[in-house]
Amino acid sequence: MSVLKKTFHINKKDFIHAGEASIKIKNLLKSLNTDPKLIRRVAVCGYEGEMNVVMHGGEGFLNIQINTGKILLNISDDGPGIEDIERAMEKGFSTALDKYREMGFGAGMGLPNMKENSDHFTIESEKNRGTRVGMVFFR
Amino acid sequence: MIVKELTDQLELQIAAGEKGLSREVLDGYCGDLLSDVMGRAPEGCIWLTVQGHQNILAIAVLREMAAIIIVGGHTPDEDTRQKADEEGIPILLWPKSAFELAGRLWAIIGKK
Ligand SMILES: Nc1ncnc2c1ncn2[C@@H]1O[C@H](COP(=O)(O)OP(=O)(O)O)[C@@H](O)[C@H]1O
Ligand SMILES: [Mg+2]
Repeated sequence: MSVLKKTFHINKKDFIHAGEASIKIKNLLKSLNTDPKLIRRVAVCGYEGEMNVVMHGGEGFLNIQINTGKILLNISDDGPGIEDIERAMEKGFSTALDKYREMGFGAGMGLPNMKENSDHFTIESEKNRGTRVGMVFFR
Repeated sequence: MIVKELTDQLELQIAAGEKGLSREVLDGYCGDLLSDVMGRAPEGCIWLTVQGHQNILAIAVLREMAAIIIVGGHTPDEDTRQKADEEGIPILLWPKSAFELAGRLWAIIGKK
């Protein structure tokens, strides 16, 4: 199989459409007969990544690259960035506003779930410099 | 067991997503924290939650759920209903607490 690349735009604060890029990716992977377990892992990571962009980040992009041996998922935004990445990675840590918590967001499990569900996880961010999360999944 | 049979047996109200009433229910899950549900809900499950906003559909689609039951008298937003119709995932309503419904569901589909 040749390399397949797709880019999705994630609108700032757009809770209505958040998750749609991940649904498209899921359908794409399904059409390529990808292992269902792998699809689930990519779906969890895509969803959490999209939610982080709309809830905490800014204008963003989700990039997926599907290779024979692996899948690369990169999610970036130009938002306020993360001051203390180590804290952000802790299970249960969240700066989500109350109005979002009432909606069931802000469990502080997004980044830890993304790390757990990928084979390789990187996060790069700085205050006022946006955030870039990269994940690799091996087949 | 399909969603329609459960809906009849438990007298659940159908709020949206009628197209999906023939989906097969394989399991169940309760949760209102979306990251928890996204990370753990089993495929083909029927999901009990108090959340009624549109984002629950993204989760149901990504986790390949059979249906969503909004419990405790909470109701889905209009755009949530629309999205459920589009995706063909039933949204059902249960006026009382999740506890009783979960118990009854367990008796029907939980024993594997
Ligand atoms: N794209 C982002 N931009 C800015 N801050 C972020 C971003 N992603 C995550 N964070 C910070 O990291 C914290 C933890 O993220 P996460 O584990 O996904 O939990 P939650 O989203 O439930 O708060 C967030 O509360 C937020 O402070
Ligand atoms: Mg998050």
